[in-house]
Parts: sequence; C-alpha cells; structure tokens
Amino acid sequence: MLSISLRAEDIFHIGSWPVTNAVLLAFFVLVLLTMLAVILKSRLKTIPGMLQNIVEAIIEGALDLMDSVLGSRKQSEKYLPLVLTIFLFVLFSNWFGLVPGVGSIVIGHGASAVPLLRSPASDLNFTLALALIAVTMVNIFGIAAMGMKERVSVFFNFSSPLKFFVGILELISEFARIISFTFRLFGNVFAGEVLLAIMALLVPYLVPLPFMFLEIFVGFIQAFIFGMLTLVFVALAVTPHEGEEAGH
Amino acid sequence: MLSDVSVRLIATAFVMGVGALGPALAIGWIGSKSVDAIGRNPEASSKVQTMAILAIAFAEAVAIYALVIALIIKFVA
Repeated sequence: MLSISLRAEDIFHIGSWPVTNAVLLAFFVLVLLTMLAVILKSRLKTIPGMLQNIVEAIIEGALDLMDSVLGSRKQSEKYLPLVLTIFLFVLFSNWFGLVPGVGSIVIGHGASAVPLLRSPASDLNFTLALALIAVTMVNIFGIAAMGMKERVSVFFNFSSPLKFFVGILELISEFARIISFTFRLFGNVFAGEVLLAIMALLVPYLVPLPFMFLEIFVGFIQAFIFGMLTLVFVALAVTPHEGEEAGH
Repeated sequence: MLSDVSVRLIATAFVMGVGALGPALAIGWIGSKSVDAIGRNPEASSKVQTMAILAIAFAEAVAIYALVIALIIKFVA
C-alpha cells in the first residue's frame, strides 16, 4: 500500500533531536560535495586532470552567467560562493533523491516501516532553511555593498508618503520571496516524488521511465531557478539606485 | 449528503483544476512573447532566454502553490 507522508519521517534520535530521512540524505550529499571540494583542492595542477577540467568548466560557465546579470567579473567572483553552492547543493539533493533505493529501502517492521532515505527538498524544513539563508544573505550583501542606512531606507523611507508605501511593499515582498522560494522547490520535488510513487504503483514496467526523465530535468531546472533568483535578488540589492534623483 | 471523503476528493480536483488555469495562460504568453522577441532580434537571444526562464519559473510557482494545497487537502487535512 502506498504511504505518502507530507512530513519527512523520523529515523532515529540524537539525544532529543529527531533525525529525519531527508536530513540523512542531505547529510550524505553534504559529505559528498565537501569531499569533492577537499580532494580537488589538494590535487590542483596547472595542467588539469579530467575532474578538475569539468569543475573548471562549470565554474567558468557560472561566472559568465553571473557576469551577464551583475555586470563585472569582480562582483561575480564575490557572490559566486553563495549562488553556486545553493545551485550545486539543490542539484545534487534532487538528483540523489532519484537514485534507486531512495524511498524504497525501508527501516522498521510492518506498519511502522518508513523509508530510510528521502529526497531532501521534499522536506519543507530543508527548502525553508535554504530560502531563509538566501534572503538573509541577500540582505547582508546589500548592507555590505551599500551601507546600513541605504539598505534600511529601501524598506523604511519617510521622505514622502508614496516612498513610505513603496517601502512597506518592499518589506512584504521580502517575506513573499521567502515563502515562494520555499514552496516552489518543495512543491516541485514533493509532487515529483508523489508522481513517481503513483506511476510505479500503477504500471511498474517502462511507464515510469519518461517520468524519471522529467524528474531529472525538473531537479536541474529547480536548482537553476533557485540559484538564478538568488543571483537576481543579490544584483538588485547591491546595485545603487541612480536615476530616481535625476528626475527631482 | 456527500461524505467527508467525497468532499475532500472534489476539493482536491477543484483546487488543482482552477489553480492550473492562470499559470498555463501566463506561461503560454511568456513563451509567445519571448519567441517574438528572439525572432525580431536574434542577437539578444541569450538575454531574452534567461529572462523568459525566470518569468516562467515565477508563473509556475503559482501552479505549485495550488498543487501543494491540493496535496494537503488530500493527504493531510
């Protein structure tokens, strides 16, 4: 029987903290990415081997894309860690959630059997945490680039009633961004999981295949979207607003 | 009288059906305008493409919100 749970199930407890199956897989992805980074760093050569080549190509591509949004290579390099990390973490989380065994290998007996591993982004906590990190960092970058006064005056501007109203709207839209980041990623991944589970239940042979391809594609697109939107919001936050003073 | 389970099923289907209308139209419009723009100015193709992908993701997010509500109605509430 199919058991779809909106909530990620607890596997074990560390002290009094529950560890869910989504957290477990996210931890594995974290360890994998960290090991990849450490191994690459320790084996940097002037004439790159294959792995270094691939990673360099990815970073070049990301920097070029960020150049087109931010305008200068120096700025791209400044914000590359946040954007590329979010992209890679979400990408690997989504793709690892499709590996056979995730969702099907269960722990426990009988009625209380729960999947041992689950796609990390199908847990609302994961996506909420990432969204909070992204929006917080956007604001921190805004303060670092433009100064605290400038940044606060985006939200609380008492120079005219219109600007005050616009500032309140900006504040509300910050929170709307958190919500939309969270639910975009969660909705896509959770719906994908439900879809794959139902497809596998209905016709186990051949038919789930196009849906697996769809999920691979969706996993990539959602990671890309998360990264791009973070990038665009950073760009909006650190670009000084000229032009408004010229009209007065 | 409709039972609780029936009402839940109807609600799920309704939420998803209505919630998919707006985003579908929006994505269609975005796609059509982007193709127009690229046709007019092939050099701006990569800028238009990036903008279009972003806009489509925003539009799709609304459909995803409806999907989340439908799933909550069906499986949780």
